[in-house]
Amino acid sequence: MCLAIPARVVDLLENDIALVDVGGVQKRISLALVDGVACGDYVIVHVGYALARLDPEEAQRTLLTFAAAYLSRPEVA
Amino acid sequence: MSEVRNDYIRPVDFRHGRVDMTHGGGGRAMAQLIDELFLRAFDNEWLRQANDQAAFAVCAGRMVMATDSHVVSPLFFPGGDIGCLSVHGTINDVAMSGAVPLYLSAGFILEEGFPLIDLKRVVESMAAAAREAGVPVVTGDTKVVEKGKGDGVFITTTGIGMVPEGVAISGNAAKPGDRILVSGTMGDHGVAIMSLRENLTFETTIRSDTAALHGLVAAMVEAVPRIHCLRDPTRGGLATTLNELASQSGCGMVIAERRIPVNGQVNAACEFLGLDPLYVANEGKLVAICAADDADALLAAMRAHPQGKDAAIIGEVIADPHHFVQMDTSFGGRRVVDWLTGEQLPRIC
Amino acid sequence: MKYIDEFRDGELARTLASAIAREARSGRSYNLMEFCGGHTHAISRYGLSDLLPPNVNMIHGPGCPVCVLPIGRIDNAIALAARPGLILCTYADTMRVPASKGTSLLKAKARGADIRMIYSSADAVRIAQENPGRDVVFFAIGFETTTPPTAVAITQAMAQELTNFSVFCNHVLTPAAISNILESKEVRELGTVPLDGFIGPAHVSTIIGSQPYEYFAEEYGRPVVIAGFEPLDVMQAILMLVRQLNEGRAVVENEFTRAVTREGNTKAKALVAEVFELRRSFEWRGLGEVPYSALRIKAKYAAFDAEARYGITYISVPDNKACECGAILRGVKKPADCKVFGTVCTPENPIGSCMVSSEGACAAHYTYGRFKDVQVVAAPPATVAA
Repeated sequence: MCLAIPARVVDLLENDIALVDVGGVQKRISLALVDGVACGDYVIVHVGYALARLDPEEAQRTLLTFAAAYLSRPEVA
Repeated sequence: MSEVRNDYIRPVDFRHGRVDMTHGGGGRAMAQLIDELFLRAFDNEWLRQANDQAAFAVCAGRMVMATDSHVVSPLFFPGGDIGCLSVHGTINDVAMSGAVPLYLSAGFILEEGFPLIDLKRVVESMAAAAREAGVPVVTGDTKVVEKGKGDGVFITTTGIGMVPEGVAISGNAAKPGDRILVSGTMGDHGVAIMSLRENLTFETTIRSDTAALHGLVAAMVEAVPRIHCLRDPTRGGLATTLNELASQSGCGMVIAERRIPVNGQVNAACEFLGLDPLYVANEGKLVAICAADDADALLAAMRAHPQGKDAAIIGEVIADPHHFVQMDTSFGGRRVVDWLTGEQLPRIC
Repeated sequence: MKYIDEFRDGELARTLASAIAREARSGRSYNLMEFCGGHTHAISRYGLSDLLPPNVNMIHGPGCPVCVLPIGRIDNAIALAARPGLILCTYADTMRVPASKGTSLLKAKARGADIRMIYSSADAVRIAQENPGRDVVFFAIGFETTTPPTAVAITQAMAQELTNFSVFCNHVLTPAAISNILESKEVRELGTVPLDGFIGPAHVSTIIGSQPYEYFAEEYGRPVVIAGFEPLDVMQAILMLVRQLNEGRAVVENEFTRAVTREGNTKAKALVAEVFELRRSFEWRGLGEVPYSALRIKAKYAAFDAEARYGITYISVPDNKACECGAILRGVKKPADCKVFGTVCTPENPIGSCMVSSEGACAAHYTYGRFKDVQVVAAPPATVAA
């Protein structure tokens, strides 16, 4: 329900603010809700705040799961 | 004894001055503003005659007239301002009939207190746009309203033009089998404006695409005189324009999402705000509908023109009693693209 | 756009669609509720229902905070905005929600109230800083995703010792809403709303984690799969639910592993617990009074609580008699079942909240789905050459 998008952190500014980039558009958002964010990390942004860090390995794993959907389960009678 | 210089008139203080009620009063202050700003900027043979009207000869044929009022806020945005927007907008409305635009008029409603330096910037931008387009502003009017009753400045432009022989472009002329083309990327203007709206600021290099399209239209009409429809997708975006044309022509449409050119940053900005680029305004783009056999030639003519370099064929017209505009999504499904309801507002949900 | 485009890939969509078609057993139906408005929107916008076999039905749930906001609370917000000199800051979503007497925040703004659309709660704090002589109220709405940003705004306002800033709190809780649906007599006793499983919200779950849903899976025996917002996420989640139902399992699974963990965001949860506490009961539009389903600001932060500051009295306003939003929110009726759908009630002139929010079931159906009720011309695929 909550519109949120993955954005790449490109700069860490003062007061817990970061500059993030989505497809070339940049915006300042707050990191007040997430610790340990580094430049280059991806975060999920909702109403101007990062809510969570996006885990790139899990993202990859999920994409592979999609691709394997056809193969993974045998037909059930 | 003081020295009084003969014929000295204190020039308008553009740097620090503001519009006040005397500028609309019809007296000397108004005349001086008109003279030092409007006449100086637009400067042409008609305005030099200093009449309340402009007279010119017309050749025989079909004349087209269009009018547009401009209330855009903010007044200045990346890629343009209310001034050039008002010139381009009306030139385009005239050009969408296939006509060659000839003359423009401009009416200004100024809000008391509006800084003259901003007014000067707007007027000079209009004048530059008119000169570049080769369409002079030949007559105009100025009124002033009390503070609080206007958004700085409102501009109404009216344009006339002549339709060449053999050209019959109209919104109701689309036929099943026709192809639908767009002249370039969608959504640029709306996103450029929105990026400046208070509380939505994001940093982007997206500029408004505001431009006069009559040159492009002339090239298109030369290549394919029998174009069926032309329209520029302004407010409400491409989706609204296609629905209008479908409704007027009494048919349906099918378009392919992946063929619609959209600038990557426009896409990203729309994602941020929860908007759909199909519904975002453009000010320098057009939609064209022509017979299937003419589509390739039309596309080539568009792409050869600087304003049409990203042109694309995006779909076709079909017979449909419901006049739906259907879209094959990049995802693989098909959905109906409806009219815009209300104003597209950003959302958090 | 990275992590967005890959999750919208058409090829993978076909793979998942075939897998679902293969594994959904004929002879039974799979009735899945997507709780969250964002999922409703994804399903509509990408035409996912077209890619599902006919025995897999999606039911739209009440996970749209705008849709469940009672008219009386909007009336309160409009009354606040009418106070001389007060600036009301709100997310754009609430602007067009119809309130009492045919008014709305948008109409109040047109009549001169200083109502400002903002993107972030931080903007409201900034407006308060920039206007020290005026009262600023932030109209806070949203589920658990949007609550931590409000908490940050309040703690920042406190740290900056702002005396002109307060929050009109309307934050609501997801698990309570799910309970309410599962407890409804149509689901529990009558069985008129077959509900086999849930697609759990994406972003709410980044905050609360997957753990809170374990109760539902256990207590009610329904599987829950938390799904990301992109269409492929939704399809994968549907596949996972179909599999659980086939295997007779009812557990919580997480499809959105790239952003959701079992515990969620502990920092955000702690901040919310610091600033807010549970209300004993709160009225949800369409669902009535729901116990322990909403938050209010703690006494410690009373200076920032608009309800305390302005002595706001809540008056419940019933919905228009013809409006079926309540039943639709609970999945009992479909938009097309409502007598006023598409005629009197349209996105241009919404009667109920399901039509106002673009994620409400009615708005989604109107914009994308009502054409299915009509015979759409089976047009050829767009054959245009590149």
